Amino acid sequence: MTTVTATSPGTGRWKSPVRTRALVTRAGFLGPFYTAFALFFLLPIGFAIYESLLSQRRIGGVFGRPIEVFSGLRQFGAVFSDPQFWSGIKTVALYVCIQVPLMATVGVTLALLLDVTAPRLARVFRTSYFVPFAVSTVVATILWGTLYTPGSSPLSEFHINIDFLSHNLVLPAIVNIGIWEWGGFNVVLMTTALTSIPTEIYDSARVDGASRWAMAWHIKLPLIRPTIVMSMVLTIIGTMQLFTEPQIMAQISDSIPTYYTPNMFAYYQISADNYSFAAAISVTLALVGLVLSFTFIRLTRRRTY
Amino acid sequence: MAVAVAPDPARSDAVLTKQTGAPPRPLPDRTGQVAGHVASTFKVTVLMVFAVYFLGPVYCLVIAATKPTNSIYISGALLPYKPQFWTNLSYIVNYGGGIYFRWLLNSAFYAIGGAGIGTLLAGAAGYYLAMFRFRGREGLFLMVIGGMLVPGTALALPLFLLFARLSIAGSYWSVLLPSIVSPFSLFLCRVSADAAVPREMVEAGRIDGASEARIFFSIAVRLMLPGLVTAFLAQFVGIWNNYLLPLVMLISKDTYPVTVGLGTWQGQTTHTDILETLILVGALISVVPLVIAFLFLQRFWRSGLSLGGVKA
Repeated sequence: MTTVTATSPGTGRWKSPVRTRALVTRAGFLGPFYTAFALFFLLPIGFAIYESLLSQRRIGGVFGRPIEVFSGLRQFGAVFSDPQFWSGIKTVALYVCIQVPLMATVGVTLALLLDVTAPRLARVFRTSYFVPFAVSTVVATILWGTLYTPGSSPLSEFHINIDFLSHNLVLPAIVNIGIWEWGGFNVVLMTTALTSIPTEIYDSARVDGASRWAMAWHIKLPLIRPTIVMSMVLTIIGTMQLFTEPQIMAQISDSIPTYYTPNMFAYYQISADNYSFAAAISVTLALVGLVLSFTFIRLTRRRTY
Repeated sequence: MAVAVAPDPARSDAVLTKQTGAPPRPLPDRTGQVAGHVASTFKVTVLMVFAVYFLGPVYCLVIAATKPTNSIYISGALLPYKPQFWTNLSYIVNYGGGIYFRWLLNSAFYAIGGAGIGTLLAGAAGYYLAMFRFRGREGLFLMVIGGMLVPGTALALPLFLLFARLSIAGSYWSVLLPSIVSPFSLFLCRVSADAAVPREMVEAGRIDGASEARIFFSIAVRLMLPGLVTAFLAQFVGIWNNYLLPLVMLISKDTYPVTVGLGTWQGQTTHTDILETLILVGALISVVPLVIAFLFLQRFWRSGLSLGGVKA
């Protein structure tokens, strides 16, 4: 809030024709984006909050006309007391805990290695890492699905038959799809940060006799820290959305129930016309996502200084 | 904690060897030649392993997509088996009246339309936020940044609830319109306008009597191009890959994007054998345009990035 007042050295005391023109310009530039933002971002969230406060009742028996009545936080109570919701939360929590550090490690390690590789070779590697980013999650899941299934898996050629779709391995299997798809993107993100480090810093470090390890650990890592934090926030937001992989994999695996993640749970509630219940789940998820990423940013900020 | 702290004094010693006059190695400027070789071989090995990890599955997809129907489980995944790509291609062209290509077109429509309009809107708004000071500017910006932290899927279901009420769920619009809004694009465009558009140039344009719109379209857009391309690309990929939103919104097969189409096929493989092949062929085809667009635009955007690096 303080930033808002601090950075507004009022444009307000202008002559009116100039002011009107300035306002028209502002509306022209900001209007379209913010109208779309209000209509397709704020409004649906507002509507979901409204919807989550309702519950459906049928008048005149089971086949009667459904009406909606205000029911306060009853839907949220129902969500929080539903074991299937908590089961989904547990899955996603575990997924976040594995995926976020793993992704950051892969991205940072590869980017640091590429940073000390001959530029032409580095470019070839980086491009090859980036290719899966162009593969949609649905396709990636179908693709890995065939690689996971004993029989069509390349491991079968070496007579190793592991069922990656079994109960215990299905989450690591999903983690792997995420790393495969987004790993290269994270490498590019880190590389961009690394290339923006002024070369003079390296020169002076070299003069001081710093080894490559010392440069990576004491110079590069601290300097790209903001990017690492940003990529981790992106990963947290991405992982919270876990839906596509399990939804597609559920068609070939028995280990994935319809409530495997909160998103899947909400989706099937919508399919079953439990709109208010689904709205309550969505609102909860949006809040959790907001709070989690915000907390993470705050925590990592504090540790930097 | 102790492990993390321990290397610190040692490392800073290494950095300070010249000053302390007690170098641990005869050549403080370079790592020893042998050690360098070992490290370099190790490095290249790691990089190669990851290249195989990232590219291998795509290779397996190409192999699998060229196999005859019903042979996926009886032939190895690593070597071609009676390759018949053109036959498989003709299957997918003819299946369901070429429905797959309709999905491909739909995906292109959603992605190009959504990312195109979205980047234009975000570019204009980001430019304005960067160049003009006014009351509430940071508030407007932070509101959108906050939006970046809301998981996209947490938005898809509310959008459906809203659009179902307004009876526009199921139409092309129901997927296209929400795709236009991208908080990340606004963020990127503002940052790129801040970095790439010199205020003096905008002032000069004003003095020459150009309108704000003219300054934006003929000066700023050109300077912001790398940022705009990146925003477009990110949004394009996001829409092309989106699954949940079209899945909840759309009912008619004719309006599906590729992702939802392939997803429904995956659910039907147990009933229809041919679909097992078609999914793989379809998956392969859907990857091709994106990879091409990527390689082409990546060069574009990489040159922009390096330009930005020189400036900074």
